[in-house]
Amino acid sequence: MAMGERSPLSIYLEHLERGELAYQFSPDAGRAVFFPRVLCPFTGSARLEWRVSSGRGSVYATTTVHPTEGAPYNVALIDCEEGFRLMSRVEDIPPQQVRIGMRVRMRVHRPGGEPPYPVFIPLESA
Amino acid sequence: MEGLRRASAAVVGVAESDLGQVAEGLSPIDLMAQGVQRALGDCGLLLKDVDGVFCATSQSRLSALALCEYLGIDPPFLGSTIVGGSSFEYHVAHAMAAIAAGLCNVAVIAYGSTQRSVGRRQASAREVNPYETPLRPFLPASAYALAASRHMHEYGTTREQLAAVAVAARQWALLNPVAWEKAPLTIEGVLSARMVSYPFTVRDCCLVTDGGGAIVVASAERARALGKPPVYVLGCGQSVTHASISSMPDLTCTGALRSGRAAYAMARLTPGDVDVVELYDAFTINTLLFLEDLGFCKKGEGGAFVADGRIAPGGALPVNTNGGGLSYCHPGMYGLFLLIEAVRQLRGECGARQVADCEVAIAHGNGGVLSSQATVILGTAATL
Repeated sequence: MAMGERSPLSIYLEHLERGELAYQFSPDAGRAVFFPRVLCPFTGSARLEWRVSSGRGSVYATTTVHPTEGAPYNVALIDCEEGFRLMSRVEDIPPQQVRIGMRVRMRVHRPGGEPPYPVFIPLESA
Repeated sequence: MEGLRRASAAVVGVAESDLGQVAEGLSPIDLMAQGVQRALGDCGLLLKDVDGVFCATSQSRLSALALCEYLGIDPPFLGSTIVGGSSFEYHVAHAMAAIAAGLCNVAVIAYGSTQRSVGRRQASAREVNPYETPLRPFLPASAYALAASRHMHEYGTTREQLAAVAVAARQWALLNPVAWEKAPLTIEGVLSARMVSYPFTVRDCCLVTDGGGAIVVASAERARALGKPPVYVLGCGQSVTHASISSMPDLTCTGALRSGRAAYAMARLTPGDVDVVELYDAFTINTLLFLEDLGFCKKGEGGAFVADGRIAPGGALPVNTNGGGLSYCHPGMYGLFLLIEAVRQLRGECGARQVADCEVAIAHGNGGVLSSQATVILGTAATL
C-alpha cells in the first residue's frame, strides 16, 4: 500500500464488509499487530502485511455493562489465535455467562447505517 | 544518563481549591487560581515569585495559556503535559528538571475541574476509537472492570476483597472534614449498590465531584528559607504501557512496576521504608494493583492484603489517608490530591487522620485506563 492511498482503517473495514477479520503481521517482528496502523510498534518499520484471521480465539477478560437504561450487555477482550487482541463482545449467551478462557469465533455485526464490527459467539454453539 | 537528583527540589506549598460541588459558574481556571493563591499563601510566597507554571485539565484545551492569562503572569517555563490523572506526578518530575536546569525557581502545579457541576459529558470531549467505541464500553469503568476480571480469574481475588478497599477509604474519609462522603460504608453496602460494570458497583467507582488545587515546588535551597518544613522530592518514575485497554500487555501488571522501580532507585529506598501510601484509586482494583506493583505485597496477593483492615485507619499500612478518590473527592484527574495529602502527612498537619512518625510518603498517579503511571516519593528533612 502506498502511503496516503488507503488508511489502515478503511482496509480493515473493507475486509469486514466481506465477512473477514483482518489484522496486520510484522515480518520483521514475526508478530501480529492490532489495531491496524502505518507503523509496526515492535520494530518501527512501515513494513506490515495484511492477513485474515481464522476468527477463532478465546476470552481474555470480560465485563457486563449495566446501563442506567436498557439491558446489560457484554464487553470483552478477545485473544485471537494468531496472537492479537481486540475489544469485542460475546453474543448468543447472557452477558453474565461469558467466562475467561471460553473459546469463541467471530461473526460480523452489521448495525444499520454504521460500519460493521466483529463480535464473537461461543465456539460450541457454532 | 544522569537523571534527576534526589532531594534537589521540594514541595513547599499545597492547597485544595473549593471541593465537592462548587459555586455555580465557577470555571476550572477559577479553581486553579484559587489553588495557586492558597498554596502560595501556605508557604509565604507571592505570585511574583512564580516563574514556572504547570497545569492540566480536560476542560480547557490550552489550559496553561488560560491560567497564565488569568494570573497575569508570563513565566519563562510552562508545562502542560496531559496524560490523565497522573499528569501532576509527571509535572513534579518536569518541575524538578526545570529547576535543576535553572529554567525556573518556583513552580506551581495546578488543577481544576467542574465535572460535577457541568456533567461528565461536558467535562471531557468524547473521543471515538473505531475499534472500541462501537462496543459501548462504559469508560473508564469498564476498562478497569476488565482488569479486575483478569485479577479475579488469575488470583482468585473476590468482590469482597475489592469492597474492602472502598470500606477502608470510607473509614479514612470519615476522619477528613473536607471529604465528600460522610456516612459509614460496609462490605455489604458496596456489594449491594447499583451495578455499573461487573464486578464494580457504584461503590467500587470513584466519586464525580468538582475540585482543584495547587502545589508549589522550589529548589531545596529556596525551600529551606521558607516558613514550613520542606517536603523533599526523593524519587520520581513514569511509565506508559498503552492508551486503550485492548492494547494493555497484561491486565494484571501495570506500569507502576517500572515507575515504582525508578522512583525507589532514585530515592534509594524500598517499600519497607514508606510510612504512608497515596494511590490513585479510581476504582477498587487500582489499589490492589498498585500495592502489588509498588512492592507492598506480592503479585496476586493484593486482595488478601487489604481484606483484614490492613490499609484502613489503625492498620499496619496507611493507604489513601484522605479517603481517596473513592470517598474524599474525585474531580476527573485526581493525581494532584495524592501529592497534597502526602505533603500534609509528612508535615504532620492531618489532625484525626495523621499517621504517626511519618517520614516517607509515596504518591502514585494513574492516568487513562491504567495507561500512564507516575510515582513520586517524598520525604522530610530526616530522610536527607
